[in-house]
Amino acid sequence: MANILVYALQYEGAFNKNSLGAVSEAAKLAAELGGEAHAIVVGQGVSDDLAGTLGNYGATKVLNVEGPEGLAQPVVDAMAAAISAGDYGYAIFGGGLLGFEVGAGLAARLGAGVAMEITAVRAEGGKLVAERPILGDSAISQISFRSDLGIIISRLNAFEIKETGGTAAVESLSVEFSPFSGQATMITRGEQRGADVDIEGADVLIAGGRGLGAEEGFELCEALAGAFGGNSAVAATRAVVDAGWFPYAGQIGQTGKTVAPKLYLAAGISGAIQHKVGMQGAEHIVAINKDANAPIFEFSDLGIVGDLNKIMPKLTEAVKAKKGA
Amino acid sequence: MKICVLVKEVPDAAVQKKIDPSTGRMDRSGEKNLNPYDTHAIEAAMQLKESGAMAVDEVVAVTMGPDSAERALHKAVSLGADRSIHLADDSLAGSDVAATGYALSKVLEKEAPDLVLLGQQSDDGECYTIGAVVADHLKFPSLTQVIKIDVDGGTKLRAERQAEYGYDTVEINLPAVISVGDAINEPRYPSLKAIMGAKKKPLEKVSVGDAGIDASKVGGDNSAAQWTGSIEPPKKEAGRIIEDEDTSETVEQIVAWLDERKLI
Repeated sequence: MANILVYALQYEGAFNKNSLGAVSEAAKLAAELGGEAHAIVVGQGVSDDLAGTLGNYGATKVLNVEGPEGLAQPVVDAMAAAISAGDYGYAIFGGGLLGFEVGAGLAARLGAGVAMEITAVRAEGGKLVAERPILGDSAISQISFRSDLGIIISRLNAFEIKETGGTAAVESLSVEFSPFSGQATMITRGEQRGADVDIEGADVLIAGGRGLGAEEGFELCEALAGAFGGNSAVAATRAVVDAGWFPYAGQIGQTGKTVAPKLYLAAGISGAIQHKVGMQGAEHIVAINKDANAPIFEFSDLGIVGDLNKIMPKLTEAVKAKKGA
Repeated sequence: MKICVLVKEVPDAAVQKKIDPSTGRMDRSGEKNLNPYDTHAIEAAMQLKESGAMAVDEVVAVTMGPDSAERALHKAVSLGADRSIHLADDSLAGSDVAATGYALSKVLEKEAPDLVLLGQQSDDGECYTIGAVVADHLKFPSLTQVIKIDVDGGTKLRAERQAEYGYDTVEINLPAVISVGDAINEPRYPSLKAIMGAKKKPLEKVSVGDAGIDASKVGGDNSAAQWTGSIEPPKKEAGRIIEDEDTSETVEQIVAWLDERKLI
């Protein structure tokens, strides 16, 4: 029971960065447990060449499954089949929406324990112990498993990608999908809503959340970003993107981009964990929020409790003046 | 058609949440409320019913939790549910997400709903996962974090959600389990009349035995994921906080702070 199976999410010929991190982490942990890290890929016509590239991140074997993409339940079927035919003690997911869905479904299917939002895993006495930050990251719970299979779903960006130069054997696995897995069908996938904005390369990001009050609130963010000039851009939270106030391409967090600018200024953003995972790598975090209890103040370097409608325009003028000086 | 909405009682957002150091479980004393995400699920059920998009005969709120969880059910029926079911049993305490999802699925099995709705996450912990657990036990298709539901011919739904690579549109045949995101709707406020009438709507108490739940699969000791201890996270230096009173002064301080760090 020493091997680890990792779900590797791919889309349009590339693997998800979080999946690659999970493969690297699994390879490290499997070595400590005296086993191997294997990966499983589910998709339509995924080439063995592409699947085999996971060897470069530490997988020794890759199971290539022909099946529908972008939906969780077919992946549950595939992983359940692989696990019942193989010798696996753990399944690891690199966070993200599908990771949560597949991991939870697999736990139900196999009667396995599941730990989620995991930021670190270590081997201890031949078993894995997972660490989960809780209560606004003010404490860390340690979780172990008493089931034959332990399922670990990481937080976004929890695991580091390491290239090993290794290679993996690719095997096709044919899976009989459950009847209910076929009751959901992808109609369109990966639709980009709104303009194509680039936030990943910016040194200064002015990000807006629901506290902006309306779509027009983004004008305050644009003006401030303009005052900083140079390599600055405006970004947004999932809530306002779903509301149609800002393009999806400019979204930070769980199902959006991960950024690490020199300065990240959050306007009207509460700082939910799904947002935090996408921006906590910023060098300097400044937050403006009228709610003194907003979680974002827990991880800001500078927090301003106040009305952004009053502060942002004056700040924009002051930054302009400073630049002009 | 019948819609079951899974709801949960969570500590009120204003309450400082803490963990019982002896068990690692959340200390659930103090003010509680209906999980805010679940109000969106109830609203989604009500909109399906009221719009006539689906011929909905009944909306049933279902919860698992201690006696106090009844209040979450009262809130759910005040928002429009026709009746409610409370799965309450001492042996369920401390169940992990897999055990909780299993127990709820046994209650749902008896109800045989056409659609199960729930909030995409709870305010107090488990993220995104309970819907997927319930769906696998019920053998229903499922989708989480849905922000738009259209009914297609009464037996099919078209659901939209944001996933890793953008927005996905998925067609799902009923019966199904759907967890909804907060962008799906603006939940209504219950009327005074609805609040007063909530306690008169049928509330059924169900035990582990009533629901046909295998008691060896639920509860803290039987859960497959075990809390084994807590550690302190590395301390991050607390940031500086400015309460804005005089905005010109506040802005001066911000600019000075940025300038010191060569960010302007």
